[in-house]
Amino acid sequence: MSVPERIKPVLLPLAALLAFEAWMRLAGVQSDSLAPPSAVALALAGALSDGSLLTATRDTLASAFAGLALGGAIGLVLGIALGLSQIFNRLMEVTIEAVRPIPSVALLPIALIALGFGYRMEIAIVGFACVWPVLIMTRAAVGGIEPRLIEVARVLRLTQLDRVRKIVIPAALPRIFLAFRLAAGIALIVAVTVEIAINPLGLGAGIMTAQQALRPDLMLAYLVWIGVTGFMLNTALMTAQTTLFGRAAVIGDGA
Amino acid sequence: MRWSVIGWRLASFVVAAGLIALWQVAADQRLVSPVFLPGPDRAWASLMRGFTSGDLLAKLMGTLTHMAYGWLLASIGGVALGAMIGSSKAMRSYVAPTLELLRPLPVSAIIPVAIAALGLSQGMALFVIAFGSVWPMLLGTIHGFAAVEPRLYEVARVLHMSRLAVILKIALPSAAPDILAGMRLSLTVALILAVVCEMLAGLDGLGQWVLLSARAFRSADLFAGVMLLGLIGYVTALAMGAAESRLLRWQAARR
Repeated sequence: MSVPERIKPVLLPLAALLAFEAWMRLAGVQSDSLAPPSAVALALAGALSDGSLLTATRDTLASAFAGLALGGAIGLVLGIALGLSQIFNRLMEVTIEAVRPIPSVALLPIALIALGFGYRMEIAIVGFACVWPVLIMTRAAVGGIEPRLIEVARVLRLTQLDRVRKIVIPAALPRIFLAFRLAAGIALIVAVTVEIAINPLGLGAGIMTAQQALRPDLMLAYLVWIGVTGFMLNTALMTAQTTLFGRAAVIGDGA
Repeated sequence: MRWSVIGWRLASFVVAAGLIALWQVAADQRLVSPVFLPGPDRAWASLMRGFTSGDLLAKLMGTLTHMAYGWLLASIGGVALGAMIGSSKAMRSYVAPTLELLRPLPVSAIIPVAIAALGLSQGMALFVIAFGSVWPMLLGTIHGFAAVEPRLYEVARVLHMSRLAVILKIALPSAAPDILAGMRLSLTVALILAVVCEMLAGLDGLGQWVLLSARAFRSADLFAGVMLLGLIGYVTALAMGAAESRLLRWQAARR
């Protein structure tokens, strides 16, 4: 009962890992899908020291971020345009509703025959997936700008470009950043998924290769590493958001 | 007011039709090779042919079945586990941090592990889809339980309600918005994972259909499959939205 509050969260994973290790060792389990945590740690250290894991991480992150940049830029431009112009927004409604629900992985075969294996195909799919969260949230952010700011812009006779640059983007920036943060998470997920499904590149391909080579220790090491990568990305972006926009921006997550 | 809504909707449909016409022109003029981009006429013909003489309907049902079983399993498991963890303060402080740590893990990374353990089988697909879509519901339920108005718990104590009664009569209804939001998110995840599993394991479904069509360079069949997948995404999201607003009607009235 006197367990300090800070230790509580660590106990469960630690106990699970120890129990798992003990069970694998004592029962002498031979398996193609499981490996004791100590072997996984060794495999992880091995893959880290020979550089293969870092190369794979670089490939995955490069594709994810390139896709995020591409899709995010398209989503941002469209979102601002749709948020500023009610007419444009209403006219595009059906088109957007029709294209958005297509699951990103469904485009995999199309990208495959059009672009072949490699970075370009992965970037295209990640880009498609990243357009939507950025578009939807930017549109809402721009649409929700205090109308008086727009009036000020009109009184000052700012050009359309200046209006976007000096009023709209700064006013909507916290929520646009939030949109990009969520899209970054999606980008990593989609990149890994594409690699696992088809693309011989990066972390996803690495974990598939380890599975096919019947190296459960290496496979689980990749799994742990992918988890760590996702966690680090998430934490880094959260920290960036808090330092840039203060706590209010993070609390607004639910919106 | 109503008429202007309908008018805008019609105009929006006209814009979508115009874009499809543009696609038709682009395909007819062979701006893009027909190997990659069939015209909408060919895609539509292929869709109709697939339903009347081909096995497209069977593939559609296959994908829907995978998605539905995995999602239902995840819904039941997620809400039950979430209720167990969320209703106990001790469980929350021991277990919830581990779950938060696992959340940013790209769930598709579990696919190789599932393949190693269960083989390229229906069971593997079911496990992957359920595992992937359980997270939003699990965390939504825990969050919803944690946010229940404390005075309701006090009332329950005064009435000497059992723990099960408290969960069923107080906690679940007031956590319903969070749970339903999680279920909506999970639907998208379930569809994506169903498609990926079908591609990897060659299970009967639209994922396998689009991949095989791409390998055979039958782009019209490929586009027909992608359109169907978009339709699944659209219809399931629509149905979930309708169910959500119906189930939460009592809450809207209370506010």
